[in-house]
Amino acid sequence: MLALIGRRLFVAVPLVVVASFLCFALVASSGDPLEALRLNPRTPPAVIAKRSSELHLDQPIVVRYSSWLRDALHGDLGTDNNGSSVSAQLSRALPVTLRLVLVAEIVAVLIGVALGVVSATKQYSWFDLGTTAFSFVAFALPVFWLAAVFKDLGIRINRAVGHRLFFTVQQQSPGLQGSTWHRFADTLGHLVLPALTLIVVNIATYSRFQRASMLDVQTADYVRTARGKGLSEARVTVRHAMRNALIPVTTLVALDFGQLLGGAVLTERVFQWKGMGTLLVTAVTKRDVNLMQAWLVVIAVTVVVFNLVADVMYGVLDPRTRRG
Amino acid sequence: MASSWREPDREFTIAARSQWSAVGRRFVRHRLAIASLVVLGLIAVTAFVGPRLWRFDYATPSNDLSQAPSWKHPFGTDEKGIDFLAQVLRGAQKSLQITLLVAGFATLIGVVVGATAGYFRGRLDAILMRSADLVLTIPLIAIAAVMAYRFSRSLGGWFGVVVALALFTWPGTARIVRAEFLSLREKEFVEAAQASGAGPLRIIVVHLLPNVVGSLAVAATLTMAGGVLAETSLSFLGLGVRFPDTSLGLIISNGEQAAQTRPWLFYIPGVVILVIVLCINFVGDGLRDAFDPKQQRVRA
Repeated sequence: MLALIGRRLFVAVPLVVVASFLCFALVASSGDPLEALRLNPRTPPAVIAKRSSELHLDQPIVVRYSSWLRDALHGDLGTDNNGSSVSAQLSRALPVTLRLVLVAEIVAVLIGVALGVVSATKQYSWFDLGTTAFSFVAFALPVFWLAAVFKDLGIRINRAVGHRLFFTVQQQSPGLQGSTWHRFADTLGHLVLPALTLIVVNIATYSRFQRASMLDVQTADYVRTARGKGLSEARVTVRHAMRNALIPVTTLVALDFGQLLGGAVLTERVFQWKGMGTLLVTAVTKRDVNLMQAWLVVIAVTVVVFNLVADVMYGVLDPRTRRG
Repeated sequence: MASSWREPDREFTIAARSQWSAVGRRFVRHRLAIASLVVLGLIAVTAFVGPRLWRFDYATPSNDLSQAPSWKHPFGTDEKGIDFLAQVLRGAQKSLQITLLVAGFATLIGVVVGATAGYFRGRLDAILMRSADLVLTIPLIAIAAVMAYRFSRSLGGWFGVVVALALFTWPGTARIVRAEFLSLREKEFVEAAQASGAGPLRIIVVHLLPNVVGSLAVAATLTMAGGVLAETSLSFLGLGVRFPDTSLGLIISNGEQAAQTRPWLFYIPGVVILVIVLCINFVGDGLRDAFDPKQQRVRA
């Protein structure tokens, strides 16, 4: 198992380095940080030249990248346009987003797999047709619109009930204090609607995949053997068929993690969370080069780390992949 | 000789059916796909032709402020008194236009990359496919947001969104084409073509590409559906199509605040996106079944 992790790391680290370089180059070419200075006709050329050498803009991209990387490895991601630390902002925003993504991912996988397994064992039943119809609709839903629909419904229900049943703005109540339990309940309450949005969208994918891979293994010889041995139907389904049918879904969960983060960015915007989504929009609209670079690199690292975790899970589920 | 096969000498003959007519027949039998194609066609025609015929303009204010849907304004009006049907038509037109171009460009890039990687294999394949993996490391929305913002300044408005999305949505198509090419290139007809002196370009274009048309069509519908969702998401964030242009995503971001008081401004454009993407997906499903009847076989 350790060898597997080592092998994967061997691939993952260069991937992160190349990805971060490309992000750096993309962002560096995406705008001129000195545009505001240049637009002002009264700025003396000497000031522009000085600022440009301060930001290392006069050096080739590879040199700029290596000095950026050196700082980044020491935890210094530079400062944004207003002079506040980028790494501090990211370390505030990332946990907020990861909390949403992880909760949604775990619930969606559990429900999606369960729906897929039941759909496959009862193929073409009303239950199966129902989940299929639901999946088709969920595939076609724009995430941001669904989030806003849930927000709207939440507000309407709150109004109908007469007190606040659903939280619809921000990730926590402002100035949150009190016992640990109180804070936990408050955070959890704020999580409900945004997580529900991502769960609905992702259940569709996972249940379709699980259903297809269950149908694939159900006719396999080893499943027939298990039945022939006289094992109960439940045991055949769960221990024999499902375990192998989980493998494609694991791959999907890993590959999809980046897209899930994309969905979280949109959901956060709708519910006005102060997470990575808000940070991205700020960075892009204010052309904040340092913030953009750091954002993309942090997300790339997160995605690669989760792919790594999924690879290891893959090894647990399918012993054949442990050997190179 | 030529007339002999026109008058069959056997009593029972089978009318030869070309591959295309077989595919066409299977697609037509897929009722949901045909219905979706019709709905999609209607939406496209209304979106592209409708604005010329409809009596209201998508940018002209009037005195009918914030009106609920009525006979005069079927989709109501917004707070400036602009007819909302006209806005939705214009938005759907831009969204469809963008996604068609994105699907076209992304498929083109995907075919070139996938065919090169699959046909030549080796180091070229490794480099191309690793770059495809790389593209998938960053969420599409984020990378496209950064790029769309850049391109919309240098290329002007909505076309920047097209370029940004096309640059990051090709890996799916490339993977599919590569996988099919890897197995096709080992077939006898490729060997025969090589023996008769055909170069790689000719083999790829004349002999191999026609064999992947089915998968390409399905992949293109997937790219289109994804394109609609990505473009509207970007525009919703304010990083895609921007004023004075409009798109369904931009309309929703304007209407979101009004969801409580004037729900039509928020719910109608969302449902339009939903219907468009749903129809594209159903058409893709029909195409998949039409090109690959093996998938439909019921397993014992």
